[in-house]
Amino acid sequence: MTEPSTLLVEMRGITKSFQGIKANDQVDLQLKRGEVLALLGENGAGKSTLMNVLSGIYLPDSGTIDIDGKRLSFGSPHDAIAAGIGMVHQHFMLVPSQTVWENMVLGLPELPQVLPKAKIISDIRDISQQYGLDVDPEAIIWQLSIGEQQRVEILKSLYRKAQVLILDEPTAVLTPQEAKNLFHTVKRMTKEGRGVIFISHKLDEVMEISDNVMVLRKGKLVGIVDTKGSSKEKIAEMMVGRRVNLELDKKDIVPGKIVLSLSQANALSDRGLKALNDVSLELREGQILGLAGVAGNGQTELCQVMAGLRKMTSGKLFLNEVEVTDLPPRKLIDSGVRYIPADRKGTGMVSNMDVRENSTLKRYWRSPVAKGMLIDWKAVLKHAMGIVKDFNVDTPSVETPVRNLSGGNIQKLMLGRELSDVPKVLIAMNPTWGLDVAATRFVREQLLEEREKGAAIFLISEDLDELLSLSDRMAVIYRGKIMGMIEDPNTFGIERIGMMMAGTRIEDAGGAI
Amino acid sequence: MRLKTQKRLNQPIWLEIAIPVGGLVMAFLVSGVFLTAMGVSPMEAYREMYYSAFGDSYGLSECMVKAIPLAMAAIAVTLSFKMLIWNIGAEGQIFMGAIAAAAAARYFPSDNHVLMLFSMGSLAILAGGLWAAFAGYLKARWNVNEIITTLMMNYIAIHLMDYFVYGPWRDPASLGFPMTAPFPQSARLMEMGWGRVHSGIILAAILIFMAWWVFKMTRWGYEIRVIGENPKAATFAGIDYVKNVVVVMFISGAIAGLAGMTEVAGLQGRLQHGFSGGFGYTAIIVAWLSRLNPIAIALVAFLMGGLLVGGESLQIVMGLPIASTLVVQGCILFFILAGEFFRRYRIVIAKEDV
Repeated sequence: MTEPSTLLVEMRGITKSFQGIKANDQVDLQLKRGEVLALLGENGAGKSTLMNVLSGIYLPDSGTIDIDGKRLSFGSPHDAIAAGIGMVHQHFMLVPSQTVWENMVLGLPELPQVLPKAKIISDIRDISQQYGLDVDPEAIIWQLSIGEQQRVEILKSLYRKAQVLILDEPTAVLTPQEAKNLFHTVKRMTKEGRGVIFISHKLDEVMEISDNVMVLRKGKLVGIVDTKGSSKEKIAEMMVGRRVNLELDKKDIVPGKIVLSLSQANALSDRGLKALNDVSLELREGQILGLAGVAGNGQTELCQVMAGLRKMTSGKLFLNEVEVTDLPPRKLIDSGVRYIPADRKGTGMVSNMDVRENSTLKRYWRSPVAKGMLIDWKAVLKHAMGIVKDFNVDTPSVETPVRNLSGGNIQKLMLGRELSDVPKVLIAMNPTWGLDVAATRFVREQLLEEREKGAAIFLISEDLDELLSLSDRMAVIYRGKIMGMIEDPNTFGIERIGMMMAGTRIEDAGGAI
Repeated sequence: MRLKTQKRLNQPIWLEIAIPVGGLVMAFLVSGVFLTAMGVSPMEAYREMYYSAFGDSYGLSECMVKAIPLAMAAIAVTLSFKMLIWNIGAEGQIFMGAIAAAAAARYFPSDNHVLMLFSMGSLAILAGGLWAAFAGYLKARWNVNEIITTLMMNYIAIHLMDYFVYGPWRDPASLGFPMTAPFPQSARLMEMGWGRVHSGIILAAILIFMAWWVFKMTRWGYEIRVIGENPKAATFAGIDYVKNVVVVMFISGAIAGLAGMTEVAGLQGRLQHGFSGGFGYTAIIVAWLSRLNPIAIALVAFLMGGLLVGGESLQIVMGLPIASTLVVQGCILFFILAGEFFRRYRIVIAKEDV
């Protein structure tokens, strides 16, 4: 028996273009046995492209991949799986109506006609015990929580004897405790000589879990650094290309009166399931209320209810002590309620329309843009130019379709549009998701500035660090229910917040301070 | 060697000309084979088609006569297509407009030209509009597929008209032909002194300009475009989707209804079986070929009129059966529409062993 080579993955000179734009440009990647390699870069830097090349989904224009010293043929997911590459996508690739064990064997070559169910299940049990991945093999996927589904995805890769596990932003859907468990699993896997590629935007967890950090920018490899010998600031600088100050200047403000209040709200999701369960919240002038929770626990529906975009089955919404329940959404917009949705391209913008046309989406019916039945396009142009200038939107012109802008610039444009009327209430969901370090900082500063101007802000984020650094108060949501109101988030303790995110009420999580 | 399709980043100007021209050449080649098999010289047939449509003033006037209802109906469907509501029912709405116009002439006759045309037009607008708005309401309220409803309602409208012209409204003097008595002179659109071209041409021109202006300048046009491009963003901006779907479908149907009224009051002077000849369907092709651009619709409707006129003369002069002229027309449409693919994609040869 020969010793396995210590170099597990070697990608050399990978280039991949889409429509003439190089998503990867001569990128090299090396992963050793037992190594956790963090892959960093803003959205569009080419991380996903590189990983899709590795897992055989994309056919690159040039380059080579060696797994364990053996050349891998390109563009075949089957060959990649056979060579030991396993990828856990952000959006899971599971069949919701089937059981865990059925999903495990799905797509395996050379399956017998009659599945040896008992053996498969006992194999799965063995692996889950070995790695601390607690899942019932006979459970049906749709009944599992997001965290459990992720464990199934990891199990699936291990069941297929993956030597290399690619995790694409795995903690975005996890509570802090679940993330900790995931890190244990990752460590156990690397101890056995497997390699893990870890994609993330969160610098804190990258510092915690990775051995090396590899940074991509605009499709090119910026550099690889040893995590221990580096710092958050240094890595951020690599990502952006210049020095960035990560500290925020948050002033002490005495909050004012209640502006928006939601009382006993119940609402259904698009699929008709109960999404909100007796939610009551109050937003005050000059105060940021943060909302923590694992993705998909009713946050989107809550935002929509507060912005008047989703009907409640019961409950009341008040704006400045006047009831506005069931009022048309435009009435709320006219009263100064602004909403920055998480789904920028899908909900917040009209991708095929240009910057100018998008800039007027929330004001085309009001003076000075509206002239009776007509739109004064000169006024729109002036407004759009103003946003582009004040919010540093990097666009070739205001006639450029929004789909051609980067994620960060789309977000700046949206922020500019929503903030241009000095909102009284601002609801922002994952406002910095996928943005680079500089754009993230810019967005956070804008939120703090609105707070100083007296806006009542509701901030929903999957990034606990972001919530802790911006919020004055914090609520935690779990399965559409508020688990408790945290009056001083920074002294409350992240472990207790994590317990609440997993469904523990604040009284049982050690009580309010 | 492997062929791959690749999305084009932009459309160069030469392509915009090369593709329709290339499509026409391909169509003439393929239908040439067909015509030869029929024992007809293709060159002669094409020359006949061209000269009958564009060769003299009368030919051009006939193209215009066909272009009037085509352009109006194309504007009608464009309005709904812009917001991704697929009104396939312009044909039925044309019929409803024509029935309503005939009813006005029959039951509320007036010697006053203006009053008569006004009542015919209003009833046609109402009939076509409500016919389409019904499908729009089903779509907006319960998400009933409007393609199915508008298409099915076409058959209802066509048979409804047949009921009238075969039954209670049949002209006793028509010797059994399914048609109503001729409208009184006050119910006829003016002639323009150019072949059979009638004042419906003015109406069509106004509608084309109005559509262009509405989309470009008005708040409502902006709302329609936002709904069409991204309904979620429209809701997010507080645009009332349900209301707009019903309103747009009403106006779309109203314009188609007006086209039906124009056709019977301008050209035929009576209601008769099969008066439309499928204008409502051809208008969908006109709208697509124009890429929903109202100004382009004017040109495309005229050219499409030429294709119809040329096809008719093939039957008369060359003695070809109607089915074979439909084959020639079908070929031309097929290749021009197929050209769309090459406008958006290009074929590249994939490099081996990367």
